[in-house]
Amino acid sequence: MRVCVIGAGAIGSLFAAHLSKVAEVLVLTRRQEHARALNEDGLRVTGHHDFTARVTAAADPRELPEFDVGIVATKANGVEEAAARLDGRFAAATIMTVQNGLGAEETVHRHGEWPLISAVTFMSGTKHSDTHVEYILDTPTWLGPYGATPYERVTELAQLLVDSGLEAEALPDLRPAQWSKLIFNATVNGVAALTGLPHDAHFAAENAESDLGHLVHALVDEGKRIAAAAHVELHDDPWEMNVLATKRGSAHYPSMLEDVEARRPTEVELINGALVREAEGHGVDAPLQTAVYRLVAAREASYS
Amino acid sequence: MRVCVVGCGAVGSLFAANLARLEDVEVWAYDLDREHVEAINRDGLRLSGAGEVLGRLTATSDPSALPACDFGIVATKAMHTAAAVEATAAAFDNGCVATVQNGLGNEEAIARHAERVIRGTTFPAGKLVGPGHVQWDVKGETTLGPFEARPAPFEEVERLAEACTRAGMPTKAVRDARGPQWRKVIFNASTNPVGALTRLTHGRLCEDPGLRRLVTGLVDEGKAVAAAQGIELDADPEDLIDHAAKPEVAYDHKASMLQDVEARRPTEIDYLNGGIVRFGDENGVATPLNRAIWSLVKGLEDSW
Repeated sequence: MRVCVIGAGAIGSLFAAHLSKVAEVLVLTRRQEHARALNEDGLRVTGHHDFTARVTAAADPRELPEFDVGIVATKANGVEEAAARLDGRFAAATIMTVQNGLGAEETVHRHGEWPLISAVTFMSGTKHSDTHVEYILDTPTWLGPYGATPYERVTELAQLLVDSGLEAEALPDLRPAQWSKLIFNATVNGVAALTGLPHDAHFAAENAESDLGHLVHALVDEGKRIAAAAHVELHDDPWEMNVLATKRGSAHYPSMLEDVEARRPTEVELINGALVREAEGHGVDAPLQTAVYRLVAAREASYS
Repeated sequence: MRVCVVGCGAVGSLFAANLARLEDVEVWAYDLDREHVEAINRDGLRLSGAGEVLGRLTATSDPSALPACDFGIVATKAMHTAAAVEATAAAFDNGCVATVQNGLGNEEAIARHAERVIRGTTFPAGKLVGPGHVQWDVKGETTLGPFEARPAPFEEVERLAEACTRAGMPTKAVRDARGPQWRKVIFNASTNPVGALTRLTHGRLCEDPGLRRLVTGLVDEGKAVAAAQGIELDADPEDLIDHAAKPEVAYDHKASMLQDVEARRPTEIDYLNGGIVRFGDENGVATPLNRAIWSLVKGLEDSW
């Protein structure tokens, strides 16, 4: 089995390093020096697991051999570029997307006929350098078939991930899980980006009238109404996901907060924008999610 | 006539220095900034910019040093109203106390310590540039009227308005001063926190159509709360918002709340959006957007 990870940020690095224990792993990077560093130094994992993996990296897709599974692990706004680099190649591969938000599968599909696997991941890590990732939360990745992809292919890949030491589960229909995470991310990432708060106890506090938990709860409720209108039965209750995460006490810095603090483009269009467009498409009134979407998008516009 | 300005910051100084020019008015100022107080007593209180004024008055940080006054003019930030009025209340045992502060709830806080209260709204603005020196940025009108729950006699309201007008601070005495106050509160609550959360200037936030719709949503809730109380706004906040967005008016203006956020100072959000929510609750008007903005800015303050 040969797996190619496209995009070696924190999540991509965690997949690549772990999978190297059970498969031959290729990594397609954007930067030449990133590929060179991986080839020379390997990929070190610390935190929840501790080992150094051997991978074969390249910044040019023409240097890569055919592979069986491709994992697109870029940020949501990097999928278009990543898929374009695969366009016309690797005809035998099955491609898995693992982005936040909605729409990554459609983006990849526009570039080729590969069978697609949808995934959402709850694991988290921090990339300390091009060759060092810290594995922080060992929460699972969920996988499901997209379109006509046979379910067996999904269960095989889920098993491969489990064998590699990661938590993973195959689901016949990923949409319920994908939407649970979409609502969770739109709410938690958006509120974190606007307030500057990491995902801490503020997000579940519902005592004083101005406590943030009231807003988080109302945003989740709007999200649930949108999901219901889209005929999606949620896999997990995003409010309970929120309460549980704040109780773990790790005060995670959502990526959208890190992005606005570093004045980088955020995933707001593919997360909050996607949810608001679903609301509009299904005729659901979502004033609070819309407000958070507009505010984060405007915060991004304020960089320049 | 003896007047004491309580809280001699930018707005308080505009009243104090101008009133001190009148021969028939003796002006005192109560302020906790000792350097500012010493400079005023030593060199006088200087205004520059929209008007050049040097006012001679007596300033103190010791409330027991205050003589009995005919009028108090409270000009602290809204979160300091209760403490400032409690400390100075004895000076106004036989006088009337007016507020020229931002937001909702100041009259109620003053009325807990004063018998005769004057509701007020003022548009002049400036900033403290150093001890004893205030930059006067904007001239504008002030409106005063009896506070319904604990009203000052209307002739007293007229007496104070007449003195202010004569001193170069045009002031109207009206029977119902709620209209101008709510107009200003709705304007501020609908634009200041949006600027604070997005970091955009007034003009830029008005240019973003999605964000401008959010502003309108906030305005509409404020108007509904005002209408439920039988308050007639003296102007449409929407027109004022669009007017202020013009390049020659306040396109590049950073809302005071944005300045507070950049300096990590507590904001007046509790008295703006928080005030609209409270009055909405009391009058059975739902204010979900103002509530959301209130929570977000409270969360932002908590992130420091």
